[in-house]
Amino acid sequence: MSPSKRVNITLTINGRDYDITVEPRRTLADAIREECGQTGTHVGCEHGVCGACTVIVEGEPIRSCLMFAVQAEGKKIRTVEGLADGETLHPMQQAFMDHHGLQCGFCTPGFLMLAVGVIEREPDISDEDLLDVLSSNLCRCTGYQNIIKAVREGAKAMRRR
Amino acid sequence: MNEPTKFIGRSVPRLEDRPLLTGQGRFAADISFPDEWHMRVVRSPVAHGKLVSINPAKALAIPGVHAVWTHEDVAHLPPIGFRLTGLAELEPYRQTVLARDEVRYVGEPVAAVFAEDPYLAEDAAELVELEITPLPVVLDAAGPPGAFDREHSTDAGLIEKISGDIDAAFRNAHATVSLELVIGRHSGVPMETRGAVARYDAATDILEMHGAAKVPHWNRDRLALMLGRKPESIQLYEGHVGGGFGIRGELYPEDVLICAAALAFKRPVKWIEDRREHMVAANHSRQQHHRIRAAIDRDGRILGIDDEFFHDNGAYMRTHAATVPDLAAAMLPGPYRVPAYRARGHIRLTNKTPCGTYRSPGRYESTFVRERLMDAIAAATGVDAIEIRRRNLIDKNAMPYDLGFGTLGTRLVYDSGDYAKLMDRLLEAADWQGMRRDLERRRAAGELAGAGFAMFVEKSGLGPFDKVRIEISPTGAIDLITGVASLGQGVETAMAQICAETLGVDYAGIKVVHGQTDRIDKGLGAFASRVTVMCGEATRQAAVKLRDAACAAAATLMQTPVEALHIVDGAVMRSDGTGPSMRLETLAAAVGGLAAEAEYTSNHMVYPYGAHVVQLRIEEDVGALVIERYIVAYDIGRAVNPMLVEGQILGGVAQGLGGAIYEEFLYAENGDPLAVTLADYLMPTAREVPVVQVMITEDAPSPLNPLGLKGAGEGGVTPVGAAIASAIDDALQCPGAVTRLPVSPQRLKALIRRGIRRSDLATNSAREGRFRSD
Repeated sequence: MSPSKRVNITLTINGRDYDITVEPRRTLADAIREECGQTGTHVGCEHGVCGACTVIVEGEPIRSCLMFAVQAEGKKIRTVEGLADGETLHPMQQAFMDHHGLQCGFCTPGFLMLAVGVIEREPDISDEDLLDVLSSNLCRCTGYQNIIKAVREGAKAMRRR
Repeated sequence: MNEPTKFIGRSVPRLEDRPLLTGQGRFAADISFPDEWHMRVVRSPVAHGKLVSINPAKALAIPGVHAVWTHEDVAHLPPIGFRLTGLAELEPYRQTVLARDEVRYVGEPVAAVFAEDPYLAEDAAELVELEITPLPVVLDAAGPPGAFDREHSTDAGLIEKISGDIDAAFRNAHATVSLELVIGRHSGVPMETRGAVARYDAATDILEMHGAAKVPHWNRDRLALMLGRKPESIQLYEGHVGGGFGIRGELYPEDVLICAAALAFKRPVKWIEDRREHMVAANHSRQQHHRIRAAIDRDGRILGIDDEFFHDNGAYMRTHAATVPDLAAAMLPGPYRVPAYRARGHIRLTNKTPCGTYRSPGRYESTFVRERLMDAIAAATGVDAIEIRRRNLIDKNAMPYDLGFGTLGTRLVYDSGDYAKLMDRLLEAADWQGMRRDLERRRAAGELAGAGFAMFVEKSGLGPFDKVRIEISPTGAIDLITGVASLGQGVETAMAQICAETLGVDYAGIKVVHGQTDRIDKGLGAFASRVTVMCGEATRQAAVKLRDAACAAAATLMQTPVEALHIVDGAVMRSDGTGPSMRLETLAAAVGGLAAEAEYTSNHMVYPYGAHVVQLRIEEDVGALVIERYIVAYDIGRAVNPMLVEGQILGGVAQGLGGAIYEEFLYAENGDPLAVTLADYLMPTAREVPVVQVMITEDAPSPLNPLGLKGAGEGGVTPVGAAIASAIDDALQCPGAVTRLPVSPQRLKALIRRGIRRSDLATNSAREGRFRSD
């Protein structure tokens, strides 16, 4: 049961390299938060259901609690901290603010990364498919209505960019 | 353009959003200190048993594991006390921070491991050896009680609410209607699990706890008592809180453990709950079993209601003590005239996770029971369910309406309300008649589709006080400091709006500071939909004082009579618009800053009210419910920010649907919990929650505070179970079919199977006594 040997890896988060030393069993979510100090990615269930830890790896939204940090080496990772351009919010962030798509804000980074990842890949996704995608993350405050509204509006703004 | 800008009543954007959207939030797990240790709790794997021995040797042998605590190490700490409704007879049932000689639920803390890394602490916790001799379990609160310990039975207490002559009501009844109804066990399950970091600063002799929520001042004072320290030597800091819903922020064993450990080890100690722990260790709620009877006259008017219920509080009495059963009993009458009333609630302990409040505590349960009863009275008398409610509604001219008993230390007096008007407005918005006709056609064509209606009274604005200080620094920065807390509901924005409009400044420039015990000496926190009412009025009063003080100070400098001055958009100027003006920051710089403080006290709650309409269809093959329309009408007196109020209602409806259809903490026969992950405990997703239409009305401002405010936090959830039940009955054309929540797909399929033999079912129901008219 003694901890396994630590390994040196480099994680590339929002374009910046982080040289870190982790156990092979360390989850990507924990490494992003603790070793790399990017605490905007939240851990809500650690078993891949809630989606609060969603980040974008190589263009795909993934659950960072279900991936080991060592598996992400050499891959491009994007987290919520990388969305805004200086003081200017990403259109999806702006849409969440405009449509009251968040309350406590704990699930918000996960929803933002899920939505941004999906819209970038599939800009013209149908409303029905979008609903299916959004049903993969949990929110306990908003009842989803305003999240759905925000993502639809955010998607429109992303298409206009 | 010489009037102060209006902010109250406007859906302005939230001040809270930017850090939360950009990953700059500071939730409990985001806070770390150098050299911190991590705590992992070893929990009982057995629902009830004698704790024979705990052997930590293997755990302690792991390098980096520093200590393992058992009850002996914390024997000096008293059990956690009651915050609300703390009846003396319940005290023997309080929980110690680590189990002493018996374990009473799966998940009960029995030991605590402290290590330098959380992964290591978890490894070590698995190596702590427990020897537990199983004891018989009690799982049904309505069944025969068992033994809690040698002196006490699991029948812990009785709540009674009585008004009028209940025996006479039943003697004189034209008919009686009886029901037996069950509400399942569910809970808030916020997206952020619990967690906190405690840190002792030897230089200042201050113990800090970061990650506080909901009631920081009460927890500070209680920690001080338990740890034998002066309250001023403990400070609690609330960061961002990932949802509360009643369950988060109460004082739990783990909070006390990390504080005691930080003092003992002189090291920062961090504890972050994992989700599996959360499902078995954080408060559950709701589970009740009701047997209710109504005495009615020939027209279906209620003469009396007699309810006996069993409240399953799990293994211990925690901080809420008798709050939930007390509220269930007190608020069961709802919007109806009940001339004679008797509720008797038995508080029972079982070998399950202990319970506390969950959004709309007691009312979700008793609204389900009462509205089922109203539907049953309608069925028994053959009068339409809407008409039967209308006949029994309390008239607006009867306000204020005294129910003849109290709850939460206040007398239950509805302050204002026009229930009939709200009902009419909602039914018109829903086109109720058209909806019913349409559903009838669809049912005739073979669909299982129906509509439900439920009505309720909520409570809000629990006192007895809240305090606000507003400061304008010499640099012009405005701070509003309060002892309430934020759980994500938009406190900062709403308070800034009230302050801004009253003071005459922009709301976006006001910094609202909450949940910091070192910034204000007292505060009651965020629960019971109290913040907008109590803190809102304290804010208004403090802002009035500050405005007057600023005008008085400016009068001298501007050589203008104070009566001629007011503040518009941050500048002191003459009300008639003539002459010079002076920016508040200039004034503050000139006089070395300005400040005002106000404490609002109130001994009465204020009572919002509402109604929900739902239209749904049942997919017969899979037992799925598809909600086609959902409409909420809620009168909250005055909405400070309608967008935020709507947000509260939308979120509440989703949680209500969870409890009505999907969510349930089930247990195996030996007391093993069966819902320990989010894959077993099914919370609604974006797929299940329908578009909800919200109608916020302001027909009945509260006469108890000048802005007319009532709280908006809970009315989204209150009647959802009741409305869904009513709509399922309607879809199946089987009055009284739904007798328990949640109506899971399995239960719904069972109802459909019985509903196919519809004519038989009416007879069965009568025989089972679920629905009887005599």
